[in-house]
Amino acid sequence: MTTTLQIATQRGQASEDSNAPAIAVEDLYKSFGSQKVLNGISLTVNRGETLAVLGRSGTGKSVLLRIIIGLEKPDSGSVRIHGEGIAGLALDQLGEIRKKIGFLFQQAALYDSLTVEQNVAFPLEHHRREMTSSDRSQRVKELLAEVGMAGGGLEKMPSDLSGGMQKRIALARALTLEPDILLLDEPTAGLDPISSAEICDLILKLQKEHHMASIVVTHDLVSAKTIANRIALLNAGNVVIDGTFEELQNSNVEFVKDFLKHS
Amino acid sequence: MIDRTSSAAAVIEPPLPWLRAVFASPSGRPSKNLITGFLEWFGDLGIFFWHVVRAAVTPPFEFRELFRQLDEVGSKSLPLVALAGAAIGVVLSMETRYSLTRFGAKSLLPAAIAFSVIHDIGPIITGLVASGRVGAGIGAELASMKVTNQIDAIEASAVNPYRLLAATRILACILMLPLLTLAADFCALLMGWVAMTLVEPISLQQFLNSGLKGTGFNDFLPPTFKTAVFGLIIGLIACFQGMRTKGGAEGVGRAATSSVVLSSLFVILVDVVLVKVIIILFP
Repeated sequence: MTTTLQIATQRGQASEDSNAPAIAVEDLYKSFGSQKVLNGISLTVNRGETLAVLGRSGTGKSVLLRIIIGLEKPDSGSVRIHGEGIAGLALDQLGEIRKKIGFLFQQAALYDSLTVEQNVAFPLEHHRREMTSSDRSQRVKELLAEVGMAGGGLEKMPSDLSGGMQKRIALARALTLEPDILLLDEPTAGLDPISSAEICDLILKLQKEHHMASIVVTHDLVSAKTIANRIALLNAGNVVIDGTFEELQNSNVEFVKDFLKHS
Repeated sequence: MIDRTSSAAAVIEPPLPWLRAVFASPSGRPSKNLITGFLEWFGDLGIFFWHVVRAAVTPPFEFRELFRQLDEVGSKSLPLVALAGAAIGVVLSMETRYSLTRFGAKSLLPAAIAFSVIHDIGPIITGLVASGRVGAGIGAELASMKVTNQIDAIEASAVNPYRLLAATRILACILMLPLLTLAADFCALLMGWVAMTLVEPISLQQFLNSGLKGTGFNDFLPPTFKTAVFGLIIGLIACFQGMRTKGGAEGVGRAATSSVVLSSLFVILVDVVLVKVIIILFP
């Protein structure tokens, strides 16, 4: 018997276009009550490319990421992942697309009742049920080593960890299912400059190794310059400029100049 | 210029502010109109229930989480439910003895205790104690997960939170409430006998023979299994209130409080209906 989920998966495979951008956002609008947050945003991110989304607080950067992964519904506009639209999909169908996306939350969002090991193993326990516990444990250790957390601490609870360590664990969790898209919401927020630089180096290393398409939402221009191939600057729910760091620096747009001056 | 909206609101305060606060929006803002707020709340609850049912009947099934919740709801509530049942048994024995002695029907004391406990006091006490312990626990836990983005993280990991968090907790409540009711009934009867025998010695066997004489499965099973409906109400309302919370610590407190208030309220209201249905179906 063919289940709804199988049909969705088949449909996903059928509609996945290998030439399509990894992420394509088109004419996205989103309001919360009377407050317009996104005002017709369009963006694309290709495979292996990293886009940094910059902008003032409240310009809808995090909302954009939440819409891309389907945690928020847009008022209008479309989001396509590898050419497949996510609008109107049921939760389980959307799940098939989400398996290809790793998401790092601003506050790490580790499960506070689970240990470090259980946090990282969580996606494996639900999507790689055939894995033995020793294989799972081995995979967790590899992932933790990859984010610079090798050597113990597996039984620690998230509350026992520093902000930087929590971000690393959350990053390891985001990488567990070997995604080909990575969405990072303020990966360096609340960290000291040294920890921020370490996280940036880590993200850069992971991108080189895994060749993922990434969107990094940040306030930090230095991080954006380090991590990203392209930068999009948002203002009042619109993309003011979308280009390389050099194009951003050479822009004559008043808001861009003002933003760079105060960064 | 006179602000007509604010001045009208100041003069005509909508009725029942506490009830409007209970049916408040996820952000805690009380609805302006009690009926609208109530209907909106019920509509959202219905949609939530539909998501949970759909997630519960489609694989993959979260058996491990279900067993964890069975332990959480069942064995961890057992001491409290047993203690409440025991206390009710003692009180019932003392109060009923006094009443029956006045009417010269003291010999009916074991039957009066057994009938009251099995028919309604055991189930309703279990329902209310579970509303407090389990309802507040689920409401606060899920609300805390919601406000710290942990539920979003579950969803972003391609795991259905309705299946993992809500369906398992609701099913655990449905399965465990009848078992907890049996424990409450047992403790109430046992302590009812202890309280009786301290005043007028009687063997346990004699007490049970006298108390359960004429009690059939029709007296025993429907009231016990109606608590499965109480379990559904407690689990559903607590999960719903927890998973729709907004705001920080205040939101968590609000979710826990409203889970207890609403589940207790609906357990009592539904009990009225179920008692009538049981009387009609099992005369």
